[in-house]
Amino acid sequence: MTSTTPKSAAANISPQPKAIVKNWDGLKPYLLAAPQTITLCVFLVFPILLIGVVSFWEFNGYSMTPAFTLDNYISVFSSDVTLKTYVNTFKFVGMVWLATLLIGYPVAYFLSFHIKKLKWQVLLFLICTIPFWTSNIIRMISWVPLLGKEGLVNQLLMGIGLIDAPLEFLLYSDFAVVLGMVHLYIIFMIAPIFNSLMRIDRTLITAAEDMGASGFNVFKEIVLPLSAPGIAIGSIFVVTLVMGEFITVRMMGGGQAASIGKLIQTQIGSVQYPLAAANAIILLFVTLLLVFSILRVVNIRKEL
Amino acid sequence: MKQRSLSFYLLAAFFGLFLLFLYGPMLTIFILSLQGPDGTLTFPIRSFGFYWLGQVFQEQRVGNFVEPFQRSVVLGAIVTVLVASMATLSAMAFRQKFRGSTVLFYLTISALIVPSILISLGLGVMFQIMGWSTNWLTSGLGAHLTWTLPIAFLIMLGIFNRFNPSYEEAAKDLGANDPKTFREIVFPLILPSLIGVGLLTFTLSYDEFTRTSLVSGQYNTLPLEIFGMTTNVTSPALYALGTLTTLFSFTMIIIAYVTVSRLNRRQQG
Repeated sequence: MTSTTPKSAAANISPQPKAIVKNWDGLKPYLLAAPQTITLCVFLVFPILLIGVVSFWEFNGYSMTPAFTLDNYISVFSSDVTLKTYVNTFKFVGMVWLATLLIGYPVAYFLSFHIKKLKWQVLLFLICTIPFWTSNIIRMISWVPLLGKEGLVNQLLMGIGLIDAPLEFLLYSDFAVVLGMVHLYIIFMIAPIFNSLMRIDRTLITAAEDMGASGFNVFKEIVLPLSAPGIAIGSIFVVTLVMGEFITVRMMGGGQAASIGKLIQTQIGSVQYPLAAANAIILLFVTLLLVFSILRVVNIRKEL
Repeated sequence: MKQRSLSFYLLAAFFGLFLLFLYGPMLTIFILSLQGPDGTLTFPIRSFGFYWLGQVFQEQRVGNFVEPFQRSVVLGAIVTVLVASMATLSAMAFRQKFRGSTVLFYLTISALIVPSILISLGLGVMFQIMGWSTNWLTSGLGAHLTWTLPIAFLIMLGIFNRFNPSYEEAAKDLGANDPKTFREIVFPLILPSLIGVGLLTFTLSYDEFTRTSLVSGQYNTLPLEIFGMTTNVTSPALYALGTLTTLFSFTMIIIAYVTVSRLNRRQQG
């Protein structure tokens, strides 16, 4: 496709000593990978290490000072609020995970098994992904005219006489938080499941059908086990995203809803960095624990 | 044509409902932003018109969104250039096994799944300790990189997976060195995908909110400005701004998708 002629490349032969060539070939991947590695170290690893350090520092109400104290952790563990907030966060995680799985699986299944042409599969899948690239804030604002007290849903329900007074729980409630998160994050469940469903060898299914397996048996014995890694990867994404959530909780939860992310955000707002850091380290630990337990149940190696 | 089963129709209906769930709310604000001057934040619509789209550009209505928009575009452009080059280079490194490649792979994935509040807090603490003040162009850039780089990297890995190495081998057999092979063979071949990845990276950065929210410093990027408006703008101008910026993102995404799929077709054909 390029107009470059091989001649111009051939004219550029530069005989290099063999040792240098060999060295260069060994070094090349490291040089190529260096910028990304450095960026991640500077903006991901180093900041998280600092959080770990600062979580042992002292806070005097105005500023933090280097020290080694367990006070921050003690105050996190001795507070009722922490436990309640974690319970609430797990509630969100569980509900969002279940909802994204129950909605996402049929969607991915439909695309990969019922749409026959690859072109259409890709097109419909891409349509599902478009909102993911757009603004989370605007996607959340969009729910307000639908779910608000005078929103479309309440107007419709009152119009057909199902309810007398507007339903208050639709917006600024735990329900709204879960709805908002499912809306934002469901693509993270659909994409990996779609990917693993697409890889299933269709002859396996034909073979099972030929041997008399029912549709349900084919699903239970072949499709579900082979898509388990996709479910696991999707679950890791959804669980970790919801664990650290604070924006949806703030915008859709209307003040009362609590999550550990929002708690940390509030502490950062009042510059209580050491306390926020201790909370963040515990959050990171809990999140990693969840990820590893998902990995224990399902082996995802094959997918990567 | 084969008779379709009942489950096809059931799942097709479910899929349709899902698309309604996905796009319905967005359509609502598109419609509500097309109201006349007597428009409100909710239905019913009294009159249609472009009044509120025009009002977006009147400063007193929604505050000054022009500067935040400029910041978001500048930041998005910087992020795009950095991320597209870094992701291309490292994806090329991953075409061969090297020591530490697994570690780097998991490190990159972990940038995606680490709770975003940790990125915000970590960058905030880092800047505090270093005595630097947070700014959308410095700490904000860092926050954007942790989110966009892994995604661009994963897409680039996929692109290089399908990349046919025989052109490069031919160039090397003819004596071209690595930089020359890249410049004259690899780069022209991946350019359309690179444009696609670049546009998607730009959109991600342009719309990024969560990780930037606590480290943007004194001046807001556009998503942060819009977040601020949700509390004090009570007219459909908010929806109008949302509509305009979403259409802006849609345009980028669709160009990106079309560019990438064109390339795939060409490589297959």
